This record gives sequence, structure tokens and C-alpha cells, in this order.
Amino acid sequence: MTETEKSSRILTGRHLLGVAGLSVPEVTALLDLAENYVGLNRRADKKLSVLRGRTQINLFFEPSTRTQSSFELAGKRLGADVMNMSVKSSSVSKGETLLDTAMTLNAMHPDLLVIRHQHSGAAELLAQKVSCAVINAGDGRHEHPTQALLDALTIRRRKGRLENLIIAICGDILHSRVARSNIILLQKMGAHVRLVAPSSLMPPDAARLVPEVFTDMHEGLRDADVVMMLRLQMERMNGAFIPSTREYYRFYGLDEEKLRLARPDALVMHPGPMNRGVEIASSIADGPQSVIREQVEMGVAVRMAVLDALARNLETEGGGA
Amino acid sequence: MSPVTGLAGDPRRRAFINARLLDPAAGLDGLGGVLIESGRIIASGPEVTEGSTRGADEVIDCGGHLLFPGIVDMRVFTGEPGNEYRETLKSASRAAAAGGVTTMIVMPDTDPVVDEPALVDFLLRRARDTAIVRIAPMAAITRGLRGEHMSEIGMLQEAGAVALTDGRRSVTSSRVLRRAMAYARDFDMLVVQHVEDTDLACGGVMNEGELSARLGLPGIPRQAEVITLERDIRLVELTRARYHAAQISCAESLEVIRRAKEAGLPVTCGVSINHLTLNENDIGAYRTFFKVSPPLRREEDRAALAAGLAEGLIDVVVSSHDPQSADTKRLPFAEAEAGAIGLETLFSAALSLHHSGEVPLERLIAALSVTPTRLLGLEGGSLAPGQPADFAIADPETSWTVKPENLHSLSKNTCFEDRVFEGRVVHTVVAGRSVFTYD
Repeated sequence: MTETEKSSRILTGRHLLGVAGLSVPEVTALLDLAENYVGLNRRADKKLSVLRGRTQINLFFEPSTRTQSSFELAGKRLGADVMNMSVKSSSVSKGETLLDTAMTLNAMHPDLLVIRHQHSGAAELLAQKVSCAVINAGDGRHEHPTQALLDALTIRRRKGRLENLIIAICGDILHSRVARSNIILLQKMGAHVRLVAPSSLMPPDAARLVPEVFTDMHEGLRDADVVMMLRLQMERMNGAFIPSTREYYRFYGLDEEKLRLARPDALVMHPGPMNRGVEIASSIADGPQSVIREQVEMGVAVRMAVLDALARNLETEGGGA
Repeated sequence: MSPVTGLAGDPRRRAFINARLLDPAAGLDGLGGVLIESGRIIASGPEVTEGSTRGADEVIDCGGHLLFPGIVDMRVFTGEPGNEYRETLKSASRAAAAGGVTTMIVMPDTDPVVDEPALVDFLLRRARDTAIVRIAPMAAITRGLRGEHMSEIGMLQEAGAVALTDGRRSVTSSRVLRRAMAYARDFDMLVVQHVEDTDLACGGVMNEGELSARLGLPGIPRQAEVITLERDIRLVELTRARYHAAQISCAESLEVIRRAKEAGLPVTCGVSINHLTLNENDIGAYRTFFKVSPPLRREEDRAALAAGLAEGLIDVVVSSHDPQSADTKRLPFAEAEAGAIGLETLFSAALSLHHSGEVPLERLIAALSVTPTRLLGLEGGSLAPGQPADFAIADPETSWTVKPENLHSLSKNTCFEDRVFEGRVVHTVVAGRSVFTYD
């Protein structure tokens, strides 16, 4: 690590619990740093020593393949010692509370704690009790800050900017932390965010979150620069929030006919994992406008940037010494 | 506006002259005529006379009788598919034609339940091939009418369903109804609810009160209706879905409807002709033909409903035509099925409210013909040029006696057996074609 990198502080906060607390310069700096790591990740030698000596614990109360492996890889590439704890193998399943687990882990002196939990506010609660930096990897339907950052990076690289882009977020917005974080972050960065969903999957008072809310996909996609599809969870599919997967695909699934209403150079995004033939047609997911695989690549870079930035704060606070 | 599919128009130019035209939609009330061609009205009003229609293929003198937009009956049960011995679309359509009903809205409580786009398609094809009036289906709100999972509302609408209802059943789960209403709103689909708290009404077979106590029959309190209606209106507040209470039966419900309308909510309600013209005393000696759902209430409820209709608080009058056969009706009162036929007697019974001075004739026509078309987004319900040539001609003075053997319905469970009515439909026209003439 060079002296300039050591001294340059990117984030003011100790944790990354959500994008809500980030300022525009902070976001820009994080994305710029992530941009550097994109280059690194494409090299043959991907290993840095930025986090050498640091301990990173990935505490996952909800099963996740891609987010967990993305954080693991990010930490390892920066030289941290990474430990994964998932709910199945931990004492949480034996009845220990979230805070008991947190205090136990805290006693082991980790530097970075990445948490994914099924309930909104879990990351916040943990952050109040531990002395290390906490990174929210998704809490309930509240926030998923690194997903929003990687989405922003993907868009910025492709479009050269975020300002004044029309971004349509479509699908199960009600239950989506990805949607919430993106609504906050992209609007903060000057984009025009639209929400598109059936009323049964739209959060209450959605019109207070964004200026434009659509229940008709055709109207919602008109002239969009980015079409961001959300995953429909299996338990919402059959008659509870929507009638059926075939009806959902018919009216809210992204197919060629609907995508034609967006701008011809519109990007198609999806946080994964996809339900092909439910929220998105395979031909679109694999088509020329899709940047879905690029999102995964940006995910590692953004998480490296976040880990790096928070570790710098530990040093300046003397917390890691 | 979507046309109710199924019937090809009569290509001929036909003139109906010397009629008393009554059309609250077009503001017509007076002597005149209607000129039709290719199944549509091309002129209507005082200027359509014998002299002005010389080139017509056919001129029919209405003899000063009442000519009004055909009735759109928003609540018709048939037995097709599944119980064709009770009623088919064909037999029901003949009963409808004889009663001036030009469009029947059929309920999804069939076997199988109409909760699937292919079944809507089937019904529309059967209607086109067998029926003599227009037929449009309502589809189930929830799959199998089980009240658990919403049906494929968008695809059902695309297939031709005109509204959503669980028919004889009430959607009891507030959570399920809330989501279905929210979803239906996106498609501007009307949600039609049978307003009854199933749990509170459980086991009841008639109105709860002194009479049920005397007859020794378990009762259904009026509150069973009011509770569900009030709950539903709260959900309308939440979802802004278009909501229609299929039938209300008591005075208290009128007040709930009044408050909802004053609050500007998209709430409407219907009433069956039975609840407007009969009361619980008609049950007499356990006569099961008077077992209907909701149950017939007290005379003061009936009078309040008639007043509510006159005032415009009640939007729609339906027959609630529900054919039941001897095997489901010739049973002890508590065991018998609810339901009465009514397509053929609907207009005559409604006319009795006009004769008694309780409801003005134009309000009756509005509630029978005009408002249902508007609520369902259908064409028609008016004699204005350009509209489908769907209308009925009635002689308001002729008296006739209801004889079950003369009724066209396959089932004979009428509440009006041997009743002498003053006035009846004498001629019915659907898509320009005369489908019924009284002789």
C-alpha cells in the first residue's frame, strides 16, 4: 500500500450499513476506487496486501452464493484472512441470539464483519454492539448497499454518467432491498428512477420514493436508459402477490416486445439469480443489451473498494492496531 | 368500451315506430322510434316515425308501448358447464329474452369454476353457438373460489371476463382480498363481492329475528352483511380498487354505502329483485323457493332498499337468477339450496315498484340497463345512434300470471309462482334481431 492510499480517507463513517448515509463525493470516490480494482481483477496476478493482517468474517444468516463468494474473493484479493460463517453451521441455529453471536465474534477481534440477515435492521443492531467495521450485505427488505454500488458502477462504465439517465426498476419492489438501495443511490447521483410493478408488489406510498410510478410495464419502460429487473421470490409467485408465473411473465416479464419500448441502447440489468421465463426472457438475459454478467464482475471490484475504504478508517482511528 | 362478443348483427334495416322511448342514458323520454341496421342503432328519437322510415326492410309499430335499452343482468347463475340439467346457456338465454334481458353476466360458480382463461374462452364460444342473447362471464377472484390465491386476473380479462367475483362466496381473508383488489385495480377490473361474513352466517338459513325464532330456524344476522361490507370498504380505501357489492339486503348496508360514496370511494352496489319485492314473511310455511342468499329480510329493509334504489344509492338491480332443481329444493328448509330463478320475471317485478309508486320508471331502467354497462365497460345500455341494437319493448299495463310451466328456464324455482303481474316485456331485440315476441 502506498502512502497516498493510506492517508486518503474515502468514507466518513465506520460502517457501511446502507447507501442512505453516503454523500455524493463518497459514492464517487468509492466508484473511482472500484474502477481501479476492475483493472486489477483482470490481471493474472490479482493479489494485493492492502488488508494483510486483517480478519474479515462473513456472517450469513441467509443462504447466498454469489454475494458471499464475492465478498470472500474481494477480501482474499486484498490479502485479508477471510472466514465464512453461515447459519447452518453456527450456534445461531442452536438458539443463540444475533447479539450473542456478535459478542462472541467480537471477542475474536475481527476487523471487518460482513453480515447478511433476513430481517431489516439486523446490520444496524450489530454495528451498535461490535467494535469492528460492519458491512451490510443485505438486511431483510431494507438495504443492500454493495449491490446498489455495483449497479451504479456498471451503469457509469457503460453510459459514462449517472446523471439524467432514466432508470426503470421493475418487479417485486415491495420485498426488494436491492430496489430500496438503488432508489436511494441512483437518485442521489442524479438519475431519474422509475418504479414499475403491479400494485400488489409496490411498496405503500411509492410515489413518495420516486417521482414516477407505473403499474403498466409498457408505460414504465418508455425511453428508459436502463431496465433493472428484480428477482421474484418463489414464495410470492403462486397467487399470494401475483396470480401465477405465466401471468407475471405476460404482463411484467421483460421480453423483446416490452424491451423495444426502452431506448435502443438501453442496458438490461438483474441482480441475480434470475428466474428465466418469469421476470426475464432468456433471449434478453443473454442478449446484446444485457450487462448481467458484468454486474457480477463489478461486484467483486466494488466490495474490494468498500473493504479497503473501511479498513483505512480503522487505521486512522487506531482501531486495527 | 368492448362489445360483448357472440352474436352477429341482423343486417336488415328495421324501424320500430310509435313507441314511448325511455333511455336515461341518452335523455330520451317520449314518443318516437328507433331505426336499426346491421345490428346497430342508426337513429332514435321523436323524428323516427312511419313517414321517416319508408325505405326500411321492416317497420314495426310498437303501439305506444315502452321501448328501453335491453337489461344487462349482472348476476346470473347457470348450470353450464357442470350442471346442465338445471340450466344451460341456451335455456337461460331464452328465459332472458322473454324477460327483456339482452346481456347476461354469468357467474363463475360452475363445475369447473371459471378461474382459467381457457374456460372464459369456452363459455364465450358456447354462448356464441347456443345462446340468443349476449353473454359475458365474470371470472373468479380466487382460484377454485377457495379464497386463497388470486386467479389470473389479467389473462382472464384478456380472454373476455368482464369483472371478478367469487359468486355465491365471499372472499373472507382480508389479506387475500387486499392483494387481489390491488392487483385488479391495475387492470381496472371491477371486484364484485358477495357481502356476507361466512363465519357469522354459518349455519343460518334465513333472516335472524322474531320470525326465525318462531319458525325455529337458525338465523343470519344483518350484521353478517354489514361487517363484510364495512371491512371491504376499508380495503377499497387502501387499494382504490373498483368495488361492487353484488347484493345488499338490509337498511344498515345502505348507510355504509352512503358513507363510502360520500367519501368519493369507487364503491357501488346491487340489489336483487327478490329483496326489493319480497320479505321474510313470504317464507310462510317453510317454502324453500324463498330461501335465497342473502336471506330475505324484514319489510322495513325491503322498503328501505326500494327507497335507496329510488334515491340512486343502489346502482344496479339484478335477477340473481339461480336455477335449482327439485333434488336441491324439495328438502327441509334448512337442507335446501338457496336460490331462485328470475330472468323472465325481473322486469315485471321491477315494474311493480313503479306501479306502487316506490321507484320511478327511469330509475328502474337506469339500474337494470344503463349502470351495469357502465360499470362493466360494455357497449350498449343506451338507444343512442351507434350503440348495439339491444332493446326491449314492454306493455306496462297488460296483466299476466306467472305459470312455472310457461317459463323458459329449465328449473322452475320461481318466487313468483301464480303471481299476477301488471306489465311485461312483449318484444326483445338483440343485435338487431328479434329474439322474443310475446303472444
